[in-house]
Amino acid sequence: MSKPKGKLALYWAASCGGCEIAVLQLDAKILDVAEAFDIVFWPVAVDAKVRDVERMADGEIDVCLFNGAIRTSEQEYMAQLLRRKSKVLVAFGSCSHEGGIPAIANLNNKNEIFQTSYRDTPSTENPNGVYPQPETQVPEGTLHLPVFYDTVRTLDQTVPVDYYLPGCPPEADRIWDAITAILENKLPAAGTVLGDDTTVCDTCPRKRSEKKIKEFKRTWQVIPDAETCLLEQGLLCCGIATRAGCGALCPQVNSPCIGCYGPNNGVQDYGARLMAALASVIDANSPDEIQRIIEQGIPDPIGSFYRFSLAHSLLRRKKLAKAGE
Amino acid sequence: MSEPFEPKIVGFLCNWCSYRAADLAGSARIKHAPNVRIIRVMCSGRVDPTFVLKALALGADGVMVAGCHPGECHYLEQNYKAMRRFHMLKHALQAMGVDDQRVRLVWASAAEGQQLADAIDQLVEDVRRLGPLNWPANWQEDAQRLKALEKIAHEHAEAMEVLS
Repeated sequence: MSKPKGKLALYWAASCGGCEIAVLQLDAKILDVAEAFDIVFWPVAVDAKVRDVERMADGEIDVCLFNGAIRTSEQEYMAQLLRRKSKVLVAFGSCSHEGGIPAIANLNNKNEIFQTSYRDTPSTENPNGVYPQPETQVPEGTLHLPVFYDTVRTLDQTVPVDYYLPGCPPEADRIWDAITAILENKLPAAGTVLGDDTTVCDTCPRKRSEKKIKEFKRTWQVIPDAETCLLEQGLLCCGIATRAGCGALCPQVNSPCIGCYGPNNGVQDYGARLMAALASVIDANSPDEIQRIIEQGIPDPIGSFYRFSLAHSLLRRKKLAKAGE
Repeated sequence: MSEPFEPKIVGFLCNWCSYRAADLAGSARIKHAPNVRIIRVMCSGRVDPTFVLKALALGADGVMVAGCHPGECHYLEQNYKAMRRFHMLKHALQAMGVDDQRVRLVWASAAEGQQLADAIDQLVEDVRRLGPLNWPANWQEDAQRLKALEKIAHEHAEAMEVLS
């Protein structure tokens, strides 16, 4: 290859690590990636340090794939650093795109989370009430931990983002499409979400007829038949409001869509869109009946409507406890 | 120092019934609380949950959605759709810790100026009792965050200075 190699960085913030695995799902194509790019920073696989990134010139990294939401000061620092050092910053996966699963913690605040994690869980023994502190004095000096924020944010609520690769995790084909687009310099306009502009339903092979639901069922309550639309069978399938691009993988294995690809273009609030769509299929006209169907069938509305998008949504998190409460 | 709390209410009123009820209330000189900012929509079924959430996210303390009585919709049955969406939305807002008194679905026909005025007064009174929602402020992080960031940048400054 005569062309000079590009520089690629991958980073994770508040995420589970699945996005890292998704990159490896590229399979043998990962060799093509390695041929086109020098991977200059990828904590999970490459032994480069933060200091090495800090010593780079601004804009020296060609592409940075950043997965994970922003929950701590360290993650915010890394987001700012990688933004400065990268020409193209891609929010990779649901967490950096919309907040993802970590953002459901916006239903609680830092104190509640710490109390659950470090005090209340049955397997925790913490008689002295020790909680992580940003600074701890030990004989050898001061130890530092990142500051844990009350609110989980998306990457683009922290720094400007060029592209979004949705999905939990993004599908390998889509990652490859994005990498090819970068290599061939055929990237769309900045700010684009790299997916299809249609819904999962459009790509789902199941048979659809009129949707009328008298009851929402949870996945453990039924074994759905393999042909009919899952929503028509009463399962809360998010395909109607979710961006296509995954190939409707979940409905094809009898599992309802959980909405990881997020909203389509022009939709400001994923959950609101899903609520509007689901409300339309409820087959009842009396307020009591409607309320019963919704409250019985959807016991966890935030987890159902905003499973991946609470940080990105219009919902401005639960009220924070006042100082001292 | 601080002024007494005046609730900000956004009202989505349907063109065919509730907006006319508001008109009627006006021409009949029925008095009601001035806190509602009315937005006319063609039908209560046009009110996407996004509208309500956006109003709250931009600082409204309460939202009223008003339409024709069930069975009297100008578009046959879209107000039933509004009803279902409304229950869905209320369910989600409750889970977010927003009191369900803050969002209200009201039916008012074009002849019910008085009823609409009463419903507005009632909503304003209930929200006044609940106090400000102040949703945008929930989003703000305390100053600890910026201090922590500065500290990391400071600690790492040495490395950053090598090139610059």
